[in-house]
Amino acid sequence: MEYLYHILVLIEIYFILSVSLNMIVGYTGLISLAHAAFYGVGAYVAALMALKLHSPFLANVICAIILCGLLGALVGIPSLRIREDYFVIATFAFQVITFSIFNNWISFTGGPMGLPGIPQPAILDLRISSNIGFLVLVGIFSVLTLWITRRIIQSPFGRVLKAIREDEVLAQAAGKNVAAYKVMVFVIGAGMAAMAGVMYAYYTSFIDPTSFTVMESIFIISIVIIGGAGSFWGPVVGAVVLITLPELLRFIGLPSSMAANIRQILYGGLLVAFMLWRPRGFLGKYAFQSREVRE
Amino acid sequence: MSDKLLEVHGLKKNFDGVRALADFSCSLRLGEILGLMGPNGAGKTTLFNVVGGFILPEGGNILFKGKNISGVPPHRIANLGISRTFQNLRLIRQISVIDNVLLSFRNQPGERLGNIFLHQRKSLNQEVANHNEALKLLGEAGLEEKAGDPAEELSYGQQKLLSLVCCLAAKTDLLLLDEPVAGIAPEVIERILGIIRTLPSKGKSVILIEHNLDAVMQTCDRVVFMDAGAKISEGTPEEVRNDPRVIEAYIN
Repeated sequence: MEYLYHILVLIEIYFILSVSLNMIVGYTGLISLAHAAFYGVGAYVAALMALKLHSPFLANVICAIILCGLLGALVGIPSLRIREDYFVIATFAFQVITFSIFNNWISFTGGPMGLPGIPQPAILDLRISSNIGFLVLVGIFSVLTLWITRRIIQSPFGRVLKAIREDEVLAQAAGKNVAAYKVMVFVIGAGMAAMAGVMYAYYTSFIDPTSFTVMESIFIISIVIIGGAGSFWGPVVGAVVLITLPELLRFIGLPSSMAANIRQILYGGLLVAFMLWRPRGFLGKYAFQSREVRE
Repeated sequence: MSDKLLEVHGLKKNFDGVRALADFSCSLRLGEILGLMGPNGAGKTTLFNVVGGFILPEGGNILFKGKNISGVPPHRIANLGISRTFQNLRLIRQISVIDNVLLSFRNQPGERLGNIFLHQRKSLNQEVANHNEALKLLGEAGLEEKAGDPAEELSYGQQKLLSLVCCLAAKTDLLLLDEPVAGIAPEVIERILGIIRTLPSKGKSVILIEHNLDAVMQTCDRVVFMDAGAKISEGTPEEVRNDPRVIEAYIN
């Protein structure tokens, strides 16, 4: 049972990550490779605050979200003004730099040794220690993320996002400040990724840089694309599939050294298969392809 | 205040040595429909792009309602009161017809992030009002039955009609229409020209790029004829049609 709860908590964390990235990639059409970086910064901020300042859980969540939002603006404002290819490169660069900081600033982040012993979170006097407790806590935050995202994409604001994805020139001609919308979406997404990071840090009570690599960013994008970019429930389905599928491999009885490699092959294979035969993912209505193809 | 809605003076623009605008000047009065004619490559669409802020001119200035708008970003110009259609028909194809119209309304409270969460009532009320108005506009254009369909499922003529409806929803004082009736069925042409002709009575002014001579003759108050980025002839449609310089430009 504990194992099942563990998987469910992981799925909930990936709900937050993939739903927020879907707003950036699926609805606005910006390909960001920095989602794991914001996820990591959120995790590190919460872990460091909890370990060094002994500050309460909710304060750490709020600080991590605000800090990542600011960081998102810092990355987004210069790179979103130029062409979208450069945005991909800029987010990639940010991801790589962030990882190197986690990995090399040993006195602060612990370097490859990571940060162990993150205390259990407490809200008021309620201490969360069991897996089922985390299931509820992370569940609340992932439902909050889903609610906020739904509110945004169903509003006129969300309509502008879709317009930017389809045709920036038209959006400008209709009087929409395209650059400002892009930055806002990117900042919101960064804040949500930070929230997922905080959950992860508290849940595992130990973080190290390997959880926040470029591969992780690509994994989150895979969830979005396979689930269906630009559809609300797509990334939710994607997260369930991509988290449970490799876990099922354990029951086939493969040795763990092989299972880890097969997992990588599975992700890659799935991504290629979906791109070839179902580019819109499980639930998407919007085929994920370059603007040139759509013209 | 003069009765000129738009004035452009001495606009210059070259693309890799090709002259798109060569010291081009013209003006538009309030409530006027101005036809812009000329052979392909004469710089007509470039003029629209320059006025809309999509291309920076190399020289000259643009006055809209007496204010200089050269160098102002496109979305700000759009919000000052200029809307346009595109020659190669830009619509958001993957969203519904009515959503395309809704997108075109300016200054919507629901497009501000704060309002979505803090003043939801305000943005919802405006959205409902816009929705009703969008349906009314679609009704006047004969597209109300298509309101829920994706824009890409409309015929080419209906898509042109829709992009005109989007300009109307923007409630701007100046509409820049780039070939609104090129390549579509005669009955849809009539419908589109019918709508355009009613615009001056609503206080709107129009600049119309069109190759269809009949359409221009029926619709425009005045015509400017361009060639190689310069104004060749100007006057009533009749005068311009009979101008020997215009005939010469077309033969060349």
